[in-house]
Amino acid sequence: MTKDNKYISELIYQLADDNFIHSYRGSEWLGLAPHIEEDVAFSSINQDTMGHASMYFELLETLGEGSVDELSHNRKPKDFRNAIILEEANGSGTYLDQPEYDWAFTVIRHLFFGVLKEIRLESLNQSSYEPLIHTSRKIQTEQYYHLMHWKTWFTQLMLSTQEARDKMEQAISRVWRDFGGVISLGKYGKEISDLKLIASEDELRSEWLRRIHQIFDQVGFSIEGNPGMEQGNGRNGEHTEDLTSALNILSEVYHSDIDAVTW
Amino acid sequence: MNNISDLELEIFRTLENVTDPEMPYINVVELGMVEEVEIDDNQVFIKLLPTFSGCPALDMIKGDVLRKIKEEIKRWNASLDIEVKFSFNPPWTTKRISEEGRRKLKMNGIASPDSEHKHGHSWEIDCPYCDSTHVTMENIFGPTACRSILYCNECKNPFEAMKPVANLYEKVDL
Repeated sequence: MTKDNKYISELIYQLADDNFIHSYRGSEWLGLAPHIEEDVAFSSINQDTMGHASMYFELLETLGEGSVDELSHNRKPKDFRNAIILEEANGSGTYLDQPEYDWAFTVIRHLFFGVLKEIRLESLNQSSYEPLIHTSRKIQTEQYYHLMHWKTWFTQLMLSTQEARDKMEQAISRVWRDFGGVISLGKYGKEISDLKLIASEDELRSEWLRRIHQIFDQVGFSIEGNPGMEQGNGRNGEHTEDLTSALNILSEVYHSDIDAVTW
Repeated sequence: MNNISDLELEIFRTLENVTDPEMPYINVVELGMVEEVEIDDNQVFIKLLPTFSGCPALDMIKGDVLRKIKEEIKRWNASLDIEVKFSFNPPWTTKRISEEGRRKLKMNGIASPDSEHKHGHSWEIDCPYCDSTHVTMENIFGPTACRSILYCNECKNPFEAMKPVANLYEKVDL
């Protein structure tokens, strides 16, 4: 593997794993979303998002990183490059047993991620690695509707009752403390942006802040400073127990019966 | 090798027998999923464009294409290799659905977006049952990734529409 390929793979792992775990956390809401139309919409969004992860895993497969199935089901948690905030559980309990999931947290996490994803895709459109240009264009056609969806939830809840506003503001503070991990390009960030695979971390951050503040302005909310990375940097393999338990559930069938995968 | 163009014709005819398992009345050619058919001495190559990237029907469609084309070209040259590949370049858009495809969707209660739709533009959809423009969007996201749920205030029917998908980077002819 050439040195350039190493950095190309590094970036694509980050893109793949972010979408993969984010889609999984979203899918745990199936049957639990606030109302039936949201169940339909959110499932569709999660299905698209898993499709995006799959597109990135396919790029990694062509780079010789292993098959899509191995990449998604057979890596150790420490090999995952997703940001920590995206792996965090939706709340206490599990989807099978007393799920006390937090909708405000989900809306904020999806909105923040959606805005960054849009910026990343715009940047990937200019990538020096051509396959990323094709995948980003395809993903943009779908992402457009996702972001619209989360903006709608955000605005409505922020302008709803005091209780809703309080929950939303708490969720903003919580996600803000760790969202820096999503913006991060990890320890090879400089090499990745020097190769013009994607814009630099600083550029991504300032554009994200600009767009988020614009959205905040519309509902009379403001926040100071940059988003943090309190729990560590997932890009460098730092993760929480939440990732381990999520991967165990995700890969249960794969590990219990390898033949089932080729069914 | 003779009859290349006949073989190509035959391949397109066969592809017209491959339908979307979630909308079995419309075939992949009408949906605009067939981007390229290439034939040389050793190989038939078919390039398909996925509608939505997470669509679970994709693998079934690919398998169906492979099986039906294999069956068909056995008569011509059994030694030909067949490769079916999905590609994201160019991205599929709703503009690619043929007139015949739009007609079939409409007959089945699914409206199609204006073929010239651009992202960010307002979305004009007529009720597939009574052609009224007095419709309400119930849910952009529908029973499959490519469909939305609407309601007609005129004839009081719920209906679906293909979600408009436009290429953000398409050159616009003014």
